[in-house]
Amino acid sequence: MGALAHEAHGHHGAHDHHEHHDEGFVSKYIFSMDHKMISKQYLMTAVFMGLVAMLLSILFRIQLAWPGESSDFLTLFLGETWAPGGVLKENMYLGLVTIHGTIMVFFLLTGGLSGTFSNLLIPFQIGARDMASGFLNMLSYWMFFLSSTIMMISLFIETGPAMAGWTIYPPLSALPQAIEGSGLGMTLWLTSMSIFIASSLLGSLNYIVTVLNLRTKGMKMTRLPLTIWAFFVTAILGVLSFPVLLSAALLLLMDRSAGTSFYLSDIIVGGEMLENHGGSPLLYQHLFWFLGHPEVYIVLLPALGLSSEIIATNSRKPIFGYRAMIGSILAIGFLSFIVWGHHMFITGMNPFIGSVFVFTTLLIAIPSAVKVFNYLTTLWRGSLILTPAMLFAIGLVSTFISGGVTGIILADSALDIAVHDTYFVVAHFHVVMGMSAVFGMFAGVYHWFPKMYGKMLNTRLGYAHFWVTLIGAYGVFFPMHFVGLAGAPRRYYDYSVYGEFDTNSYEMIMDLNVVITVFAIIAAIGQGFFLFNFFYSIARGPKTVMNPWRSTTLEWTTPVEHIHGNWPGALPEVHRWPYDYSKPGQEEDFVSQIVPLAEGEEEAH
Amino acid sequence: MSFKLITLVVIVLGILAIAQLVRVYELSSKLRNRREEDISNRDNKMNGNLMMLFSIIQYIGFIWLMLKYGWTGRGEAASVHGLETDWLLNLNFVIILIAFFATNSLLFYFSFKYVRKPGVKAYYFTHDNKLELIWTVIPAIVLAIIIILGLKTWNNITGESGKESIKIELFSKQFDWTARYSGEDNKLGYSDYKLTTQENELGLITTATLDSAIRLMEIGKLDGTVLGIQLLEEKLNNPKNIFVPEELVKMENDLDRKTRLLRLLVQMQKRHNKKMDARAFDDIIQKDTLHLCVNKEYEMSFRAKDVIHSAYFPHFRAQMNAVPGLVTRLKVIPNMTTQEMRIKKKNPKFNYVLMCNKICGGAHYKMKMIVVVDTPAQYKAWMKTKTNFKDVFLAKPVVTPATPVDGAVVADTSMMAVK
Repeated sequence: MGALAHEAHGHHGAHDHHEHHDEGFVSKYIFSMDHKMISKQYLMTAVFMGLVAMLLSILFRIQLAWPGESSDFLTLFLGETWAPGGVLKENMYLGLVTIHGTIMVFFLLTGGLSGTFSNLLIPFQIGARDMASGFLNMLSYWMFFLSSTIMMISLFIETGPAMAGWTIYPPLSALPQAIEGSGLGMTLWLTSMSIFIASSLLGSLNYIVTVLNLRTKGMKMTRLPLTIWAFFVTAILGVLSFPVLLSAALLLLMDRSAGTSFYLSDIIVGGEMLENHGGSPLLYQHLFWFLGHPEVYIVLLPALGLSSEIIATNSRKPIFGYRAMIGSILAIGFLSFIVWGHHMFITGMNPFIGSVFVFTTLLIAIPSAVKVFNYLTTLWRGSLILTPAMLFAIGLVSTFISGGVTGIILADSALDIAVHDTYFVVAHFHVVMGMSAVFGMFAGVYHWFPKMYGKMLNTRLGYAHFWVTLIGAYGVFFPMHFVGLAGAPRRYYDYSVYGEFDTNSYEMIMDLNVVITVFAIIAAIGQGFFLFNFFYSIARGPKTVMNPWRSTTLEWTTPVEHIHGNWPGALPEVHRWPYDYSKPGQEEDFVSQIVPLAEGEEEAH
Repeated sequence: MSFKLITLVVIVLGILAIAQLVRVYELSSKLRNRREEDISNRDNKMNGNLMMLFSIIQYIGFIWLMLKYGWTGRGEAASVHGLETDWLLNLNFVIILIAFFATNSLLFYFSFKYVRKPGVKAYYFTHDNKLELIWTVIPAIVLAIIIILGLKTWNNITGESGKESIKIELFSKQFDWTARYSGEDNKLGYSDYKLTTQENELGLITTATLDSAIRLMEIGKLDGTVLGIQLLEEKLNNPKNIFVPEELVKMENDLDRKTRLLRLLVQMQKRHNKKMDARAFDDIIQKDTLHLCVNKEYEMSFRAKDVIHSAYFPHFRAQMNAVPGLVTRLKVIPNMTTQEMRIKKKNPKFNYVLMCNKICGGAHYKMKMIVVVDTPAQYKAWMKTKTNFKDVFLAKPVVTPATPVDGAVVADTSMMAVK
């Protein structure tokens, strides 16, 4: 290594920071500006936050399946304050639901997924030494960490965490008199999210600049791996939409503390007649969903990008329709900005505007369908190697289909009326956004773990993890669709009210709720395989080789040991697109991007 | 305690067991010189087979759920628009189920079929414009059909209701619903939240309710349950009372706020036209159940007192949010009486319902109102038993005196300006 570094020094005088091997602990592991370390920091934080959010979901699932029954498990985590006698309190049920949603959507699937893999793969796959600004990158992570901490703290305060649902619609979220979680809990939520948004903006700007400016020689935009295209468009979506959420949050903060009336009008709460007049709760919903819908794709696109790469590599085939895939990503990204109103069909918004949103929303199905068909054709006549990463990527395509098709029902305003805010919606977005993005994230971790930690994960444990997760997750969300079609509203603490008007539906809902909870517990326990595998392999896993998956992209041309600047010598030069797998006339079944075209060889795209 | 101990023991033993298994596995891999990244053909084949097996089990489970619980667990729709919605829902379900089964089957079949086999190389296939055009155009055509049919239904559902439609208001607050029938004139009286008192929960505007609201704001209730401006001032000015600073600030703020609200009320009173009283006075307020007449068109409007609620009639396939500061609406024509539906469902206890379907606080899940759809004769008979707002309001004893107690506070805007 030393010799290599020396050589590098000779070749590339500007990169003499390779020599700084005697870094202190703090600058190497804590306030690191290296994209690889920051990526690992994101991953660790995300794993922790994901575990918390999963635990919260088990807690409220226990209440839903066995309402009113005393549970030692609830007492263990919530104590006598929130689960007196082992029975969950109504308000805390809403608190758990709210924080579960918030952590999963923002901290795990936005911060965690994008943060981990954009940081890891953007410099690696475009052939850059690091992010455009290492300092902003570090700042972005530490703001993410701070916001995660504040969100966690809000779980432990006396009046409980935010309880207005993850969408925190005012007036409920603005009035502490309406629910106790709208006091300090909501202030912490808003503070945490504001910091999170700042973190996300710093990160996204950095990703955009890096992709545009730091591509190595020969790395044209049309030679970028689809992962990078996905991260790039994701970052643009984030930059354009997160500030709108920030403004929504700031206006809400002002309504809460400065006496303004952006969202409040004609309210009497807790016996008190408020003076606020002229505001509109619908304004908040417009602002929230202007972020909220692109957010779905901020969560989903990176997962789709990762799976494109993994499916191509492990099918030993080029991704089918590379340009169409890029086109789909761009189309989805663009359309995601003009569909937010489909969350608001029954809010009192003008029905004509509703019909415009029906049109734009259903259009998104076209690029999504193209993506699915391209995945299928990539698998067709491939030579599949079913690594755990590949299994999760195939699982992602399955959930993307299963969850996507129900979106057609919900996008159709006339049908949405009947199932809006029921468990049908909950099932839909958990499958299409939750499962898909989580599967994408797992696929990414299994695939790039060697690159991150220089070790191999245990494959058998990976298989066990995948099958338990797939069965558990479908076991949770298939029945949930039927609960929704029976009309069961979401965010209900229990369904005893059904006993008063429709005992048949009540029985069905209760039966299915037990099934769902049992599968949820199985899936949650199954994550033990992953956790054990992950930490055990970091410590004691077998050492990896440079290119374990025989892949074409640039990250696999870097040494296993992490070094500053990624490549010991000069930056690699790119000569071809990233998907030359099983190209006829080649000796190996993959040709790395750094291999020049042979004479007379045509470049595919 | 014992539970915690057992949990802990199980977790520790579990981790140890996995660790041992992994250790054994690693040693055996080492012996056979096998590396983690090399997936053996056996593992590959096993996972491919599992993919196929999974898809079959998944389909069986799904079809079983569908047969057992049906596409709409709510049963048949009970409104004219609901029937149209259900028809469209069924059509859409057929389309998405075809897409679901076709693509998922291909996915799992390919994952099974094309697992790596020795000597078989993957087929280098980068793109095909014709294929891609086909699967762009086909979804586009299908979606066009879905959009057109969907918007047609949407326009029918959200369009204006007929002139004959019966006006009803549903008023929501944490955590119940109140219905208001428009009475003989079929016109809902005007309302304003500032007029809300215990006797006038919906804040209806009439000369009498204005008077009583103003008196309440000026004075309050003499039993001290509601503090108006006068009672607040008395409390503040009483040298015997000692307040902690926070309480004092709160009361002073309260006083200022009530003074400003009073001014608005007085302005409203000055502009009030007595002729409008009748419009509100003949309204009928109904708390526990909502009675509707079968095959009549209803124009419903919604108001909320505190936070957003959502009026959800699952059986009518109708839903609309109730938003503070905004009046929202929907129209519905129930087409089956409760009795008919009970026979159809073979459940003599069945009832229609109005549920709250927007998170609104701790007891959100209890916020509902039973809905009864009557035959015209039943409906008429039921309506006869009801008393209109005028009789209810004026029959209540006056809780605040007609004239101020000490004459110090007069309903006069100039007075307010001095304050």
